[in-house]
Amino acid sequence: MEIPYFYREIETAPRAQIEKIQLQRLQEIIDCALQTPFYKRRLTKVGINCGKDLTTLEDLKKIPFTTKDDLRQNFPTGMLATSMSNVVRIHSSSGTTGVPTVIYFTADDLEKWTNLITRSIVATGATKDDIFQNMMTYGLFTGGLGLHYGAEKLGMTVIPIGGGNTARQLQFMQDFKTTVLHVTPSYLLHIHSKLEELGFSVDKLSLKKAFIGSEPHSERARKKIEELYHIDAYNSYGLSEMNGPGMAFECVYKDNMHIWEDAYIPEVIDPATGEVLPDGQEGEFIATNLIRKAMPLLRYRTRDLTHLIAEPCRCGRTHRRLSRIVGRTDDMLIINGVNVFPSQIEEVIMKIPEVGTNYLIQVEKAGALDKLIVKVEIYSKMFLGEAKQLDMLKGKIRDRLRASITINANIELHEPGTLPASEGKAKRVVDIRTEM
Amino acid sequence: MGKQLNIFVENRPGRLKSITESLNKCNIDIRAFAIQDRGDYGLMKLIVDKPKEAQLALADLGFACALKDILAIKIDDKPGNLHRLTTALADNGINIVDAYGFVLQPHQLGVCCLEIENLKDTKAPEVVEEAGFAILNDDELYNM
Repeated sequence: MEIPYFYREIETAPRAQIEKIQLQRLQEIIDCALQTPFYKRRLTKVGINCGKDLTTLEDLKKIPFTTKDDLRQNFPTGMLATSMSNVVRIHSSSGTTGVPTVIYFTADDLEKWTNLITRSIVATGATKDDIFQNMMTYGLFTGGLGLHYGAEKLGMTVIPIGGGNTARQLQFMQDFKTTVLHVTPSYLLHIHSKLEELGFSVDKLSLKKAFIGSEPHSERARKKIEELYHIDAYNSYGLSEMNGPGMAFECVYKDNMHIWEDAYIPEVIDPATGEVLPDGQEGEFIATNLIRKAMPLLRYRTRDLTHLIAEPCRCGRTHRRLSRIVGRTDDMLIINGVNVFPSQIEEVIMKIPEVGTNYLIQVEKAGALDKLIVKVEIYSKMFLGEAKQLDMLKGKIRDRLRASITINANIELHEPGTLPASEGKAKRVVDIRTEM
Repeated sequence: MGKQLNIFVENRPGRLKSITESLNKCNIDIRAFAIQDRGDYGLMKLIVDKPKEAQLALADLGFACALKDILAIKIDDKPGNLHRLTTALADNGINIVDAYGFVLQPHQLGVCCLEIENLKDTKAPEVVEEAGFAILNDDELYNM
């Protein structure tokens, strides 16, 4: 297969060269960061007074993590490293859950970001001859404008349609023979369910590819999209604090996302201890932005859970790959010192046929210790009417959970339909330790 | 063989009520019942006049329930009779999982309902009859 590159020299650079670029850019970005009161305080405290104080990439570990809370506390301009007259664009989170987080770009920052997006698009095999329908929301959200400029830079025909209005989306796909979509996986699946009703058919469309991202989704969802539309779907990763999309993208092999290491330093840590983990081990993803001088972010805690893949990719790129995001640290429970994700518990209980669809995970205090209670429903079709069956079921769930998460859980059996339905994760996990 | 309806019930107020309410609505007559307690939950065991209908009505409400074969054995209400029955079963290595008994008025007829472990693989009905006891047929059981 002919592998398409946008900037081959960098994309396939030897590790030593990538690390050399990283160190040089890190030193520059530290100098920028020292312009902000926030980082001046943070960095001088650990003995860093200028970029050159870092002599190897190992020194990065001296820098404390930056959190979303830091961004909020320094709202609006506490982390701005240049004068507002140098800023050419602002993006912001919606702020629906509190103070919004805001990021700033200089013209040079934007150009660098755009280049990463173009690089990402090229990596999927898309070209200037593609018709690109950008179905992400435009505006303060980075997903819309980010891909827009990256696609224009490549010379694609860009349809800046934005999100929503399914009938119009399909009409444009048909009229302009759209070949590439940028869309959330859930919306793309939704559109398929409306397609026939609205008088369209997949066979009459010209779709070849979809870039999917901005929400967690399973491999099964990707496969389903590919089957339903007869296209290739590429995972995209980015978070607005780190610029947005174009951070990590899948190449033609669709085998996890290359993180552009000349622009970001990726790390994975144990979210409980902050210890940096070796490649391959799952933990919280930490990113340092090396290219945004208007607003540097160092060792930012993304709260996304993933691992890094160092093995070379068949495409020849040397930048490590980021595995699919498996969850958020916000979901993580620490039970008697053991990290547990609700998804691990779900995986265990959903494999047991006698268990119904709803469950509840409850953590409470029993004296000084934490107690994990897993409440499951009986699946009525598998019920034999025997007390012994129920006792064995409890034992089976307890044993399998112990094997998976090393915790002895109390198992409670409930009648079908009595536990909260699967509307969202929040309801399925009840932590009443703090309330006691 | 007689059918008993076993229903999984959480141990909290109102659960039995929702069972009796539903059966009442469907005009189902409860002939006998017992509860096997397991702490947080239990099994309610019912003998009713229309077992299948009762099962469907409760399944509609989402209850996990199942029909189980049981032995409903007639025992004259006289000292030593239950001992004779349990001896016959024990001698044949038959395990009783759960049991309850009652006396029907006005004839003073004792009835013993037995859930037998792996009933289909045992000779329990023959053993019971050889020991001189009669097993109620479905009609007798549902309309006793």
